[in-house]
Formats: sequence, C-alpha cells, structure tokens
Amino acid sequence: MANMCPYGRFTHAVVRGIPETFGKAGGDSRKNGETSVELAKAQRQFGCLTGALRQKVGLQLIEIPPDPELPESWRIEDVAVIQGDTALITRPFKQQRRSEAEAVRKVVSELNLTVVEMGAEEGDSGGATLEGSDVLFTGREFFVGISSHTNHRGAEVLADTFRDFAVSTVPVCGGARLRNICSMGGPNTIIISNSDGAKKTLRMMEQLTDHHYEVLTVPEDSAANCIYIRGPSKHDFLLHRPAEECPDSASAFQKLQDYTLLPTACSEASKLGASLSSLCLLVNRKHTYF
Amino acid sequence: MTTEAGSETEVKEKAEESAAQTDQSEKASEEAPEVTAAEGEEKEKDGKEGKGIARYLPTWLKKQKPPRTRRSQPTGESDSKDAQEEDGPVPAVNGHAEEENEAVKSDQVKEKEVESHSTASADTEPAKEEKLEESAEKSPEETAVTEEGEGAEEEKKEQEGEGEAQGGEEGGGEEGHTSIFQSPLRLVRKNKMKLAVCRVTLLDGTDFTCEVEKRAKGQFLFFKVCEHLNLMEKDYFGLAYIDSHEHKCWLDPTKEIKRQIRSNNWQFAFSVKFYPPDPSLLTEDITRYLLCLQLREDVASGRLPCSFVTHALLGSYTLQAEAGDYEPDQPRPLDNVGQLTFAPNQNKEMEEKILELHKSHRGMTPALADVQFLENAKKLSMYGVDLHHAKDSEGVDIMLGVCANGLLVYKDRLRINRFAWPKILKISYKRNNFYIKIRPGETEQFESTVGFKLQNHRSAKRLWKVCVENHSFFRLNAPEPPAKARFLTLGSKFRYSGRTQAQTRMASSLIDRPEPCFERTASKRSSRSLDGAPMISITEATSENGRDLHLDLHSDSKSPNRVHGDNIYVRHSNLMLEDHDKTTDEVLKHQASISQLKRSFMEAPSPSPPQPNQWEKRLTSSPAPTIRIQQQQQVSLEEEIASVLLSRHSGYCSAPPACCTPEPTVDADITPGSTSTLAATEESAPQLEDVPAAENLISETKEPAKTAEVEIEETVVVQEISIAPKPGLVSVTSPQEVTAEKEVVVTVETKEAKQESVSSESESEEEAEYHPNVSICHTQIPEEEEEEEEKEEEKGVSVPDAPSLPAEVEEEEIEKKKNVEKEVEAKSNDDPITTQATNGHTLPKESGLAPEEEEEEEEEEEEEEELKMNGEASVVEAEPRPHVICCSEPPVVKTEMVTISDTFAAQKTEIATKEVPIVHTETKTITYEAAQLDGNGDGEPGVLMTAQTITSESLCTTTTTHITKMLKGGLSETRIEKRIVITGDCDIDHDQALAQAIKEAKEQHPDMSVTRVVVHKETELAEEED
Repeated sequence: MANMCPYGRFTHAVVRGIPETFGKAGGDSRKNGETSVELAKAQRQFGCLTGALRQKVGLQLIEIPPDPELPESWRIEDVAVIQGDTALITRPFKQQRRSEAEAVRKVVSELNLTVVEMGAEEGDSGGATLEGSDVLFTGREFFVGISSHTNHRGAEVLADTFRDFAVSTVPVCGGARLRNICSMGGPNTIIISNSDGAKKTLRMMEQLTDHHYEVLTVPEDSAANCIYIRGPSKHDFLLHRPAEECPDSASAFQKLQDYTLLPTACSEASKLGASLSSLCLLVNRKHTYF
Repeated sequence: MTTEAGSETEVKEKAEESAAQTDQSEKASEEAPEVTAAEGEEKEKDGKEGKGIARYLPTWLKKQKPPRTRRSQPTGESDSKDAQEEDGPVPAVNGHAEEENEAVKSDQVKEKEVESHSTASADTEPAKEEKLEESAEKSPEETAVTEEGEGAEEEKKEQEGEGEAQGGEEGGGEEGHTSIFQSPLRLVRKNKMKLAVCRVTLLDGTDFTCEVEKRAKGQFLFFKVCEHLNLMEKDYFGLAYIDSHEHKCWLDPTKEIKRQIRSNNWQFAFSVKFYPPDPSLLTEDITRYLLCLQLREDVASGRLPCSFVTHALLGSYTLQAEAGDYEPDQPRPLDNVGQLTFAPNQNKEMEEKILELHKSHRGMTPALADVQFLENAKKLSMYGVDLHHAKDSEGVDIMLGVCANGLLVYKDRLRINRFAWPKILKISYKRNNFYIKIRPGETEQFESTVGFKLQNHRSAKRLWKVCVENHSFFRLNAPEPPAKARFLTLGSKFRYSGRTQAQTRMASSLIDRPEPCFERTASKRSSRSLDGAPMISITEATSENGRDLHLDLHSDSKSPNRVHGDNIYVRHSNLMLEDHDKTTDEVLKHQASISQLKRSFMEAPSPSPPQPNQWEKRLTSSPAPTIRIQQQQQVSLEEEIASVLLSRHSGYCSAPPACCTPEPTVDADITPGSTSTLAATEESAPQLEDVPAAENLISETKEPAKTAEVEIEETVVVQEISIAPKPGLVSVTSPQEVTAEKEVVVTVETKEAKQESVSSESESEEEAEYHPNVSICHTQIPEEEEEEEEKEEEKGVSVPDAPSLPAEVEEEEIEKKKNVEKEVEAKSNDDPITTQATNGHTLPKESGLAPEEEEEEEEEEEEEEELKMNGEASVVEAEPRPHVICCSEPPVVKTEMVTISDTFAAQKTEIATKEVPIVHTETKTITYEAAQLDGNGDGEPGVLMTAQTITSESLCTTTTTHITKMLKGGLSETRIEKRIVITGDCDIDHDQALAQAIKEAKEQHPDMSVTRVVVHKETELAEEED
C-alpha cells in the first residue's frame, strides 16, 4: 500500500534535550537511589547521538528544547508513533508525562504529518495507554508489546490509526518495554536480545507474522536496542551501544554486512530504563507513492 | 465387493437445429416403443447380481441408496410413461412446446430406451423427494406419478448444465476451437426443463440475468456467468448467495443450486472467492479488472480497512482507470469525484488528495492503473482475509480470519494469534465448535487443539468450509488428496472441488488468446457515471437490482468484519507462548524455514511452471517422446480406444522402459492386487445431425491402499504393469472407426486407508474434519505444451478408417491383456483372499475441467512424486484396463476377469522403501460395450481437427479427458474419452461412486452419449493396518 516501503528510510529526527531534572522523576527515584545518574554525561551522550544522526547519517534534526518541568520528556519516542505521514500522539502510562505531547504535537504538525490523537480520557479509547517504546514497526507490520505501560486498548487505537498494517500484540517478557529487548536492524532484520524472555517474545512475533525476518541475536539486553537508518545513498547505518557498554555484543554487529556501525553511548539514559531509540523520533518526509 | 456393470444405451442428438426441436425429440422419445428399453433391461439383469454397479450405471438420480430389489421391467415402462406425462407440460412452461419431429424419431427410440433404463433402476424414494420439491414450485397438477420422469429429466438438465460448463471452459481454453464445446450454451436442449431465472450481480454492479434449469448445478450458472464475462481465470471467483439466515454463502459448484439456496430467490453475487496474493501473476487484464472491482467495493464498504493515504491512493488509481488522464480543461472528474465512493468515510480532504494523486498518474493506461491499484491493495493487512465472528474458549469475542496463509485470530483490530496452514494438522467442527489441531513444535511432543465457539452450527460449518477451500486452493498443488483414513469419517464430506491456485496458474499460463476487449465501466459505486462509456446506460438500467443484492451482501458481510467488543484478550498469545516454551533457536530456524517454504510457495512466480522433479525428469528424458509418438498415432488414427491406450501409455511412460515386462517388481514396489475390470459400453445411435454419437467409456477402479500415504503410488505402478504389454498393441489396434464419439473412462479407485472426500454433504451434518495435507505434486506444463503442439501438428492429417477391423483387433487386444494380467497374477498370486472393499462415497467432480492439457502420465507422475516425498513403500495396483469390444450385433459384450492376488512390493532405488507392505487386493475388470452403431461414418476417412487432453483433479477424483475432433465427410465428430480415477476410503460405495461418475460424465456432455464404460475396480483384500 501506499505506506509500505522497506523499513529504514528517514529524513528527519525529532529529539528533545536532557533537562536538569534528568533522573529526578518521582517514580524512578527509588531506583535511582543506588545508581546515580550523571546529568552532564547524559547530556554529552545525547549530544553524541544527535551529532551522529545529523552528521554521520545526514538526517535533519529537530531539537525540542528541554523542559525542566518534564523530567522524562527526553524519552520522546514514547510520546508519538510515526509511520508514513501519520503521527499518533500516544497516551503514556504516567499521567504526568502526558503533557510532554504538546511540544511534539506541534513539531509533527509542522512536519505536515497527519496528527492523530488517542482521544479523550473517556470515550472509545478510554483507559487506553500506549507508549512508543512498546511499539515495534518493521516496515510491514506493527508489534505492540503489552507491558506495564501499554495496554490492549492502546494497541487497538494504534491499529485503528494505521489501518494498512497488521497490528499484533505480543507480551513483553524479559524487559520493561518491547523496544528494550528488540529493534530493527535492517529492512528485514530484527535485533533481539538473547534472554529467555526476549526469545519468548520473538517466538510470539514469529508466530504472528506473515513475513519472514532475519534475526540477529545479541547476548545483552541493552544491546538489542539499536537505531537503523538507511541513508540517502542506500547506505545502512546502525547506531548501537558501544563495546564498553555491551562488550559481548560487539561482535554480533560485525555480522551485518556493509553497515556503517556507529557506536553510540547511552549509559546514563539506560540507567533510567531507556535506550538509544528512546531519545528520538524518526520521520520520513520524502514519502513516495508508487 | 461384487462388481457389475449394466449396459446402457443412450442416444442424443447433438447439434440441434433449434432448442425447440430438441425438446420435441426428447418428448418424442418418451413415447417411442419401450421394447428397446425392455431389452436393455433384460440384458442388464443378466449381468446383475446383488447390489451391482449395473443398477447404477443407468441411473442418474442422486441420493440413491443401493436398492436391494431390482426393478421390474414394467416399472421401467411405467416410469417412462410417467416421464412422458411429465414432459408434456414442461415445454409449455418454457414456451417451447412444439410438434414432434419425425426426423428425430430414430433417436427417440433409443432415447426412450435410456429413459426407461435409467428410471427402471432408479430408486423411487429420492425421486419422490425431488418430485415434492418440484411440485411445490411448479404446477400442482403434476402428480406424484411423474416422479420418475422428473428424475430423468433432471438428470438431463444437469447434463446439459455440465456440458455447457465444460464447453465454456474448453472454449476458453482453446480459442478458435469451433465445435460444440465452443458454444455449448446454444446447444442446450430446452426440452423438459423447468427454468429458473437467476439474477447474478456482477462486480461492476450490473445484473446478469439468465435462465437455468431448476436442477442445474452451481457450476452451470457459474460458467454461464464466466462466459458472459469472458473470464478465463475463473477459479478465483465464485457465486455467493444469501442464505435464509442472512449469511453470505458460496454456491457449491458441485451441487444443485436449488438445494443450496433453499428459497425462490435466485439471486447471486459474482465475487472474488480467493484473493490472489500476488495479482500481478494473473495472466489476463480482465481478471485483474474484476479483482479491482471487488477490491474497490471492499475498500469503499470498509470491509478492507485502509488508511487515509491508501484510500486516496487507491482512489486515484481507480479514477485513472475509469476516467483516464486528468484533464485540466475538462474538470469532469473533479466535479464528479464527490459522487464516487472511495472510502466509507470519505470527505473533501480525501477527494482532494485523490485528485492530486490522480494528476500524477497521467498517461497511465487503465490496465496499468489496475495493476498499481492491486499492488497497493494486496499489501493491506486485511487483503483477502475472510472474517468470521467467534468466541474463544473463554467466551471472549474474537474474529477468525481465513486467508491464503492460514487462520488469523483477531481481537478487535488486533491480531492476537495466527495459525499458518503448515502448522495446522486438522480442522474440524462439531456443532457450533470449531477446532484446529496444531502441529507440535520441534521441541514439543504433543499436538494441541484450539477450539472456538461460533454462533451456531451453521456458522461453524461455514467457517470450516471456507478453511477447507482456502487451504486447498492456496496450499495444495492439487485438490485434496483425501486425508488419512484412520479417522472416522462422519459428517461433511465437503472438499474443495475446483482447481487450486497452482493449477489455475498453470492453466492460465496456457491461455493463448488475445486480451479480450472489455469495457471498464464506472463502477456502480457512484450514482453518476464518471465517464461516458457506452456501457453506462446498460448498467444504469440494471443497476437497480444489482444494487440491492450488492447491498445485501455487503451489509451482511460487513458486520463480521467489524470488530466489536471491548474486552481485552491476550489469552491466545499466552497460550501459544506456553506451547513454545521449550523452543530454542532451532524452532526459530524451523519456523523460518517453514515460512520460507511458505513464501516460496506463495510467491513463486506462477507463470514459470514448477521445476520438474527428478521423477519428471526421468520421464521426460527417454520414454516420454515415445509416448508422444504413440499418442500421435492414436490420434491420427482415431482409435476408439484412444483414451484407454493413452492412459496406458502414460502409465508406461511414467515407468522406465524396463517396465515393459509384466513383472510387477520391475520398477517400483509393486503390489499388484487382483484386478477386476468392469467395462460397460454403450452404443450411441447414429446421428442425424452433424454431431455423431458419443461414446463413454467408464472404468472404475477401486484400489485399496494400505495406508493413506501409499495410496497414490500404487496407481502409478499399476499402470506400469498394465501398460507393459500395451506398446505393441497400440500399433495393432490403431485403425478404428470413429463416429464422433465421446468416450468416458471413469476409473474409480477406492483406498482403504483413505479418508475419502466427497463434496456431497447433507445439511444436517453436525461435524466434519479436514486434514490439511500438502501434496507436493506438480503438473508439468512444458510437457503438456509440447504434446499440444504435436497434436496440433496432427491436425489436418487424414485418418484412415478401418471400420470392420476394430472388433477383432480389440478382441486380440483383450486377449493380450488377459494374458498380461495372468502373467502378473502368476507372479504375484499368493493370497487369494476375496474380501472386498466396502463402499463409500465418491464424488466424481469434473466441474473444474481446465483447458490445460495433461496426460495421465502426469497424474501418475504426481502420484509418484508424492510417493517419493513420503518415502513410503508403494503398493501397486493394476491399472484399469478398459477392455473395449466392438461388435455390431449384440448390444452388450461383457468381459469379466477376476483376479485375486497377493501383491508384493519391490525395492525401488528411487524410492526409499524400508518396509514393504503386502497388500492383498482383488481386481476386477468388466467391460460392457454397447453395440457399435457408429458404422455410418466408418468408410470415410476423417480429418483430425483437434486432439486435446485435459486433466482435472478434485477431491478424490482425477479426471483425464481426451478429446479428439475429427472431420469426416463434412461432419465433425468429437470423441471424448474420460478417465476418472476415484480414490476413496473403505466406506466408499463403489456402485454409487460409479453411478455418480457416469452421471457426471454424461452431464458434462449432454449432447453426447456414452458408448462404452470400463470399470476397473481394485479392492484391498487384507488390510494390514498398523
């Protein structure tokens, strides 16, 4: 259909800066007690990521300024699901995160995307929660991880928004979010962690799909989240966690032929349960109908 | 089992001058003296005993139970009288009433014979039933006395129907083929018909109205519609009707329309039944166009959900196809676009988008626009998914979607589970429960069964049927070789009866006609037409009705598409996860390979015929050429036995040359059972018109197989055996007289271990099972084509006719055959147990006769191939040896041979056989042949016009049709030889199966008559079930 083209073609990336309140989100404070987060390091890593996206990959970068009032607003992936020229503004599980959407909504509108809202608290989608980090779009279909942050209602809204595609729900095992354990590593490749839970999820995905995907298994959970972008010159870029962070998985990425591997550190964000893809929304504005 | 055959003589005129005349002739025949009938009866009796096939041969009635008592001759008479009476009013009804034609009289006599014959042996009860229905619909004046006549009449109608269908197909298959087959519609006899007016809503919203006999089968109407549409790739389509419960149902082509619709509302919708996963592989633009129309409707109605962009894109292609290029000067589309329905919730924004995209399609031809439309539509996730409401085991509302890949489970819009066909071992339903048995994963030990609850029993059955059909169509290369036996077969015998996608692709790759011209009408989605196409006025005129039906259907089918319910339901996913808990990477690999297989199957470019497997290669390497030559000889010589010989040759060719020896063990594991061939031949009367008598040669073979897997192989080997001696014979027997005859060879095979598949199911069935097995067989196009070419070359060759020779020659042949058989027996005779296979049902399905040309060898090859795949020991059964005897004096000559033998299988290098099952079989061959009255054209040499062989497979039958057309002294003669192999379970009722087969054969060629029937039955004597 109109929207269906191989995964990986993007022209824009939308990011949101790391606020000073990074790591100060109420819900996470308990966890953070033991692991201290370095704001400066996080900002530095964020800078590296955006730099790679802009300069190495060549995307147009749209950076939304950080908002100290929204300590988790840098996890911009959660706030919207963008496919083709449609952006679904999600309803994150945490009430306090829902206001993060405003800035994003504005940006995607400026990008001429069709903005779809999940709707009011009441009504059809009442009770629906959905976070982008639970959504894996493969270019052919959606997998929605049913997790603590995303429920079936939310998945239904997504299915209703992107009607061209099959939307399958899979349980998220072995991770908080679906995207924590898997990501796209190519138009036809799923990178997934080797953990038992991830394997369970993968099996479910394979059960549900009509397509066949190559699977790249990485030993570490955190390595499974990568950012794949097919550059303008049909060049494959893969942003992945560096060897320092995921020593065992470095060799796995070498299996990807003719890829430009861009090791990108993300240790601080990952301490908060996020990963590389959490930090950006990828948009393809050069959408071609065929 | 006792095998018997009755002789039957039926004469029909073929090329009628007019329908009216035909009617009369039929009527006249009724009045003709019944002496002949009596004679026939007597003869028949001679051969009869107990529950014999003979009784069935002449009867065309359905639902007949094997009667214990033989009908007396008087009954026959009275019946025929009844028929007469009955016939009287009918023409009037049709408006065809007329005077008898003297000229037809000679025919009438014979016809009479037939009538009485058939009625005589008919069971009264079924007839009564029909009568009741009929009378209900018709004039009450007709008394119950007319039952029998009715039956006969009905039968004839069906024949006609079949014939037309057949003709349509053939006409499509071979362009420029001028013969009865080309335009059978015109040849339809209008006599004694009770017509019903069918209104079929076509995909463009127009109505196609036609009259069919009330007893016509679904395929008759379907073929009529296809002919009207000039559609050749018809297997993707079907006729739908709304049943009494407001559900959309598919018209079963193999069953009578009347019995399916169960109402007087003869309204149907022509629609896509199987959505081709890759429409670009369709051969003809017209097919794509029709698919487009369906999809536009699907999209506009919301049945096929898609996003805004996709709506716009599809709409723009629709606009391009229907309105042509965007013309800035004539902004007509712009004005009208709002009148067209592209989407369920169309708005201005969408229309603007459509127009914007439309501009970008400038220069695109309509055909290309259709292609683009389909390329986009096919990627939609709900493309080709047939949704059914259901509840899961916990009562949560879900939707079950049947599609090309398997079964999908939806909760609301979300896909929560998916069962690919390869993962499904069994599909069954019981009452309102629907079950699928899932193949265990690699690390699992046990199969799991998932159950769903449907609204009611009917819904469960409907879903089950859809699954069976979709699986067969998309997953199998040939329709359902009946599944494994061991399971008790209760309930529905329904199987997909048409061609599979693989077959239809192959068939369409043979389509050789210029793209038919067709008008792209602005679809009825719009109240106003978009373009000024000439069709519009017509369509608008008829749109009223069509619209209604359309709406009905859609409203009906739309609802199941809608996802209702609010409950969140994850159970299935979890369930499946449990199942796979132990899975490892291996499972993944396994799955991957499965999906790869699946994809390669699904996505393999159809135009390219399947790669010949080893077996095929072997075949083509050496023996094949020889065979072809032989065939050519036959064709040119126009032997009467052509089909028989052909089949033998093919069998021969399927075996290495060494198989010339009667030795059963030569080539494969052979377990030649005792062979009994029963052949009944009927003579056709001389024809007054152009069309000469037809000859039907029907042979029934019942082969008991040891196990389900083994079933098919035997046939192959069998053929080898029986064929072995043939090569020599061929040349000997070649000169044969031919009076445009139709030969029908029906071979019925019964296999013990098989779960037979029959399409006839009673409505009351509460449950049924279906085992989706993937047959890995291919039909080989390339070879066919070659053969075809060769045959084409043969055209124009004058055929020497040796009128008097045949009989003797034939006799010789028979002698030889006997010898051969004896030899075989000698070798394999061990265990003369004479048990008999029982009965079962078979349905000789012919509907989907494709224009593809195939030799029997191919079937055998397929079978062989399967054998190899399974690596199973092959059990060999003797091939049907139709014994053909031509004699002018006695109406019937009967040969019977009963051999009981113990067969053994030998190791074949190619086939990894470890355990060779010993199967004791009994084989019987009886040949009946009616007196040859065809001497009329004997003297003159004929010119071979065409020869073609068609093979169609369905359910448990394989039909090979060999059609030879001769031009003789200004008359064109067509002879059709049909070989029907019916394979079935132990509980197949052989007699009924045979009767059915003959009936079908006759139905297909109503204007021809059966002159010869050879029945070859093979029965497994001792079962060695594990």
